[in-house]
Amino acid sequence: MPYVIVAGGGKVGANVARSLLRLGYEVTLVEQRRDRFERLEDEFEHQVHRGDATELFVLERAGITRPPDVVLALTGDDEDNMVICQLAREKYGVPKVIARVNDPRNQAHFDLLGISPTICATSSIMALVEHEVPEHELIHLLELRKENLEIVEVQIDRDSPVAGKRVESLKLPEGARLISVMRDGRAEIAVGATSLEAGDQVLAILEPGKEDELRRVLLKR
Amino acid sequence: MKALIIGCGRVGSTIALQLLKEDWDVTVVDENEDALSRLGENWPGTFLVGHGMDADLLRAAGIEDADAVVVATDGDNTNIVIGQVAQKRFGVDCTVVRILDPARADFYNARGLRTVCPTKTAIDVLGEAVRACAVPVRTAS
Repeated sequence: MPYVIVAGGGKVGANVARSLLRLGYEVTLVEQRRDRFERLEDEFEHQVHRGDATELFVLERAGITRPPDVVLALTGDDEDNMVICQLAREKYGVPKVIARVNDPRNQAHFDLLGISPTICATSSIMALVEHEVPEHELIHLLELRKENLEIVEVQIDRDSPVAGKRVESLKLPEGARLISVMRDGRAEIAVGATSLEAGDQVLAILEPGKEDELRRVLLKR
Repeated sequence: MKALIIGCGRVGSTIALQLLKEDWDVTVVDENEDALSRLGENWPGTFLVGHGMDADLLRAAGIEDADAVVVATDGDNTNIVIGQVAQKRFGVDCTVVRILDPARADFYNARGLRTVCPTKTAIDVLGEAVRACAVPVRTAS
């Protein structure tokens, strides 16, 4: 079974550790705060260690030299999460790290240091809000960082220049393709002969930075 | 020459005052506006209140054309991240970072960050001071 070190025993870290254990994973949880640690110890026993997971000896005591298959940096402090991931990957050769981003403004720093994948509750909630509130004309659904691609959703409205047109007749920007068209609650794969109508929700895959070009073609704005 | 100092505690403020005396153009950033008082009565340089992790604040502080950046907040990991941002994102080659933990200082130093570890210096100096005491050798009784 895979071995996972979880840094940070707050609500997120403790619940992730609990879920992994239930799936049969081998887990070591690391928590710095004494009060939290003592509560966690009742439940996790020898599987929780007390210490600062950005200290090398704490990581080593938690078994990072084996190394684990995955290190999850889930503390409430972004700087700590970045350092944990850098140490895990670059010093100890951990093949996979996953980091929690607490403040979405720090996302650029995680990207700069090559820490991926990351998960940010605020950004996820915003993406959901944008998805659920149809007023937003172009919504980011998924970023494929490694592939340098992203998937967006565009709402075709009455004023759109492409309403009534077939996909093959569109002058889509280079590096952009339509994936599917959702109409009346049903989705269809977008092919050349698919025609677009007002009210359609279209999924597109494109290179990041091409959103404005795509918006101009599909929405004329 | 332009210097940007992140963190205006005992260390940051003293370096800021020294560089100012050496005719550097000095900008200091600290989260706490009370830290300005560490720079004396009439600080002639720039002082900005904010967090060094904030890239917009770093830009406002002139990091894009800084010749040197000194990172000396009270958090090792904060310093490590800000130091890497200054070096890699803003291309300031002379970025000097204070890291109290010797293990992390060594690791990041090996990765090309200019780290200064006061703990290691203290250990060396204290050791030398003890050895310099010329303690009389006790003979076993």
